[in-house]
Amino acid sequence: MAGVSKRFPGVVALDNVSLSVGAGEIVALIGENGAGKSTLMKILGGAIARDNGTIKINSEPVEIRSPREASALGIEFIHQELSVLDNLDVAANIFLHREPTTAGFLKLINRKRIYSEADVLIHKLGLDISSRTPLDQLSLAQQQLVEIARALGAGARIIIMDEPTSSLMLSETRRLLEIIKDLKRQNVSIIYISHRMHEVEEIADRAVVLRDGKNAGTLQRSEITHERMVRMMVGRDLKEFFKGAAHERSSTTNGNGFIVRRLRTIRYPNHTITFDVAPGEVLGIAGLVGAGRSEVARAIFGVEEALETEVSLDGETLRITEPQDAISNGIYLVPEDRRLSGLIVDFNVRENISLPNLESYSSAKIISRAKESKAAAEAVKAINIKTPTPEMRAANLSGGNQQKVVLAKWLTFRPRVLIFDEPTRGIDVGAKAEIYELIRNLAAKGVSVIVISSEMEEVLGISDRIAVMHEGRLTGILNRAQFSEEAVMRLATGTEG
Amino acid sequence: MKKELGIFILLIVLCIIVSIINPNFLLSINLQNLARQIGAFGIFSIGLGLVIITGGIELSVGSMMALLGVLLSMTLTEYGYGAAVAVLASIGLAMGLGLGHGLLITRLNMQPFIVTLCGLLFYRGLARFVTDDETKGFGAADYESLRFIANGNLFGVPMPFVLLLVIAAITWLVLHRSVYGRYLFATGRNSEAARYAGIDTKRIITLTYVISGALTAISGIIFAFYTNSVSPANHGNAYELYGIAAAVLGGCSLRGGEGSVVGILIGTALLQVLRNLVNLLGIPSSLDFAVMGAVILIGVMADQIFTERRNRRQVALMRELSAREAK
Repeated sequence: MAGVSKRFPGVVALDNVSLSVGAGEIVALIGENGAGKSTLMKILGGAIARDNGTIKINSEPVEIRSPREASALGIEFIHQELSVLDNLDVAANIFLHREPTTAGFLKLINRKRIYSEADVLIHKLGLDISSRTPLDQLSLAQQQLVEIARALGAGARIIIMDEPTSSLMLSETRRLLEIIKDLKRQNVSIIYISHRMHEVEEIADRAVVLRDGKNAGTLQRSEITHERMVRMMVGRDLKEFFKGAAHERSSTTNGNGFIVRRLRTIRYPNHTITFDVAPGEVLGIAGLVGAGRSEVARAIFGVEEALETEVSLDGETLRITEPQDAISNGIYLVPEDRRLSGLIVDFNVRENISLPNLESYSSAKIISRAKESKAAAEAVKAINIKTPTPEMRAANLSGGNQQKVVLAKWLTFRPRVLIFDEPTRGIDVGAKAEIYELIRNLAAKGVSVIVISSEMEEVLGISDRIAVMHEGRLTGILNRAQFSEEAVMRLATGTEG
Repeated sequence: MKKELGIFILLIVLCIIVSIINPNFLLSINLQNLARQIGAFGIFSIGLGLVIITGGIELSVGSMMALLGVLLSMTLTEYGYGAAVAVLASIGLAMGLGLGHGLLITRLNMQPFIVTLCGLLFYRGLARFVTDDETKGFGAADYESLRFIANGNLFGVPMPFVLLLVIAAITWLVLHRSVYGRYLFATGRNSEAARYAGIDTKRIITLTYVISGALTAISGIIFAFYTNSVSPANHGNAYELYGIAAAVLGGCSLRGGEGSVVGILIGTALLQVLRNLVNLLGIPSSLDFAVMGAVILIGVMADQIFTERRNRRQVALMRELSAREAK
């Protein structure tokens, strides 16, 4: 791709951007959110049209007007959000839209062939299951492999992967990276979009950096380091990423703060979880995906009832069976899936912020628009939500700003316990730093904070202590002095404790 | 607000066209009749609209009216209770049925379509069974207060229309200005997020079916005395569809979380004007439904196009903002 430009109404999304990939080469495409990575890849994938520039494959100029044409040219897109159909089985997904048929015009699907060919494809990727397994019985990581199998089955020569590891945990990520290296050996070209720098360090032959819709530079294999990439991406140093962070503290809360005892969740009824968070402390919860961390958060918040638990806050025992019980006690959750559970994306910013606290903006149940607008405007200003007006639909905000709206909802109260479930997933570097700062400020004000995170850097950087879970079990709690990536991993994989 | 304006203009244009072609449209007797119909249909349509805003549906309205109608007749004429008792019993029963629907939907997680479809079948059957399929009337006895509600006028304005305006004003306040209304929209849009915000979504949804039941009962009393006889097999047939059509025409989305009282009112009025138009313009009455179907389709289509345009404008605004910031 050379000299590619794309204008959207009012903004130049791509300005004269070039990108090349050799056969069997892994090129990382990196940049902050909004840098133009997705736009560039959508043009290559045929989802949107470019304004200028050329695309050549094997020095032949090509026109890609639809995903179908892209596919015919051997370009396959693996999206950030899984695009598999979980009501069908593995083979049906792999052969979707190109099913081999028999019986002439009846177009019956050649079941024998799709199952045998699908089996071969998934086994090649090290997926040890039958191709007759329904997708909804697979883990996220396995579903992702099915997507890759689909791309390979379609004869892909170039595979674009957009944040493929964003919902995977380390061991799964490791496996995916091995598979990508393997694809490289089979001469498949990979364009790899990721916010995770150490993955890029590990696998990329070259890193192409975009900033504000322009090429910001290219790093060769030997030049790829975390620091250089970040500097190139943001155009400034981000050394003080976790400034004002964590300090050593003793794990005793003296009965104060937030204490959870003998929590048993429906998913892991055989394990009990016990931990405490002192006022002003940030407790990180690390673990692999599926370790039961979100279940713990949801049980504490009352979304899913716990089988058994004893929760107390500042010495007072609480009974929480519904979110409103948690909320009335000052315990709030910023959930993992912000578009599904955190926000009502069709509501505007004002309505989202005021929703849980509506009673306090109303008299005799009638809402005072003036009070509501004032509170929303203050919240927007206080935590720097980038929106032209509080009347903007939340759906139109960027991920980072949506997350701030979720947070703003709770900040209009006086939080005592705040639980963050993957607070920075899919959020760009700049907004991440702001969210970390907000978390630290909350702790400084004496709030007990729990941060569930799958990002090692994040959990090590933000936490005062880290609780680690493995398959529903709390395998250990690390003090600041014991922090290291290895220590967390050992507990998370269950090789210790 | 723009949404309502669109179909309001459509309503006005229709009225002008009809009155030009057939000036009888403007006769006070015709207008009074029209207003009476709008009142009777509007009251239960508002209830149905609220249910639709929760993302649900209420299909049992017509059957419920038949059941309430025959029971009303029986309490008054056969058991000899007073009008006040009969009315309260009728409204109470309907609220109870609504509560039942709401509980089945929220506690057992059943789909509103299924629950209320069963209601549609069940109440109709029950109405026919308790009456032995005989039409029930109110005889010549003078239930004056009740007849006044259905057939009387207040300063020349038909009572059902007056009632509709009162109910609409209250509902408007509740839906568009109160905490309950906001919770209703939140629940309809995204019940998961509403729950995470601490809203008792089950209670909100159940309450809405109860309100819908009460409004259905009020409409039911009006219809019963308007027709003065209730045939258990036919009374209120397909009325739920009029309500759904009015709500959708008025901007309620069947996906939930969208709609307005004013929209539902205009939607109801539009439907009744269309029925009136078929009569006045000498269009074969067999085309009645076809005309309504076509107009609803066009109305909803136009609305969809406008909504998408508005969204695109907001997205463009955000892009501009981010572009300005980049500089």
